[in-house]
Amino acid sequence: MNNVPLVQILFVSTGLFFIGMYGLFSRRNLITILMSIELMLNSVNINFVAFNKYLYTTQLNGVIFTIFIITIAAAEAAVAIAIIINLYRSHHSIDVEDAGELKY
Amino acid sequence: MTASQVIFYIIAGFILATGFLAVTASRIFRSAIWLLFSLIGIAALFFWMHLEFIAAVQITVYVGGIVVLIIFSIFLTQKSGAKMAKPARSRALFAGLAVLLGFALSFILISLYHFQAETSLALNAGVSDIGTQLMRTNGEGYALPLEVVSILLLAALIGCIVIAMKSKPAGKETTPEHLKGKSEEMINT
Repeated sequence: MNNVPLVQILFVSTGLFFIGMYGLFSRRNLITILMSIELMLNSVNINFVAFNKYLYTTQLNGVIFTIFIITIAAAEAAVAIAIIINLYRSHHSIDVEDAGELKY
Repeated sequence: MTASQVIFYIIAGFILATGFLAVTASRIFRSAIWLLFSLIGIAALFFWMHLEFIAAVQITVYVGGIVVLIIFSIFLTQKSGAKMAKPARSRALFAGLAVLLGFALSFILISLYHFQAETSLALNAGVSDIGTQLMRTNGEGYALPLEVVSILLLAALIGCIVIAMKSKPAGKETTPEHLKGKSEEMINT
């Protein structure tokens, strides 16, 4: 795997991050926004693991950070879906435009 | 070009293509399935980097947990076969523009930055190494963050139950208008 330089892995993760950001900007459905956020978190995981693997091989800090990020992403997804289901129950829609009551 | 490089480019193309389809598919259920494939691709990338434990955690938590949760919430809230409204043209245009500019900026910054010499030492990332460092209390150990994260997970679990629970406090009518008749009927029967 040393044939592939670190920079190319970083390009993949950057591309994935900005694909997630495009979904975050263009979608208006709360579940698809949550999916975009998951993509962005995953691209950060790739970065942590790649840096750990290529530059700091005597420590495991990147790997452990990745485990923590996966844990927190799972907790975040669960809370977000609970909120989405509750919002659907009260508004009968999960479009972000319909949930503007806290806006002003 | 060695086999390892070829595998890396295939995995990278797979991740990016399925990720792009996940944010642009017009049916929400298909979007969730494309997200599933993208997450599997990322797990394959971790396998390619010889980090088997992280890849296994990725498959267990993301593919087995979060995507299933998302699919359940789609079934509970959406008509999964129906097409979603396309994003407004101006919004899609400006989102694409912002993303392209951001990507160009990051691309330039990454390619100009000189990373320190890549070491050829192999990384020991077996389960026992990770567990030892995670539990150690001195020096480079992560025992305190582990405890903090476990408390966060517990709090999130309880928070989910509290948020999603159907609550009916005394003296406060929470039944939505169109369900009122139904619930009264149910009480009468």
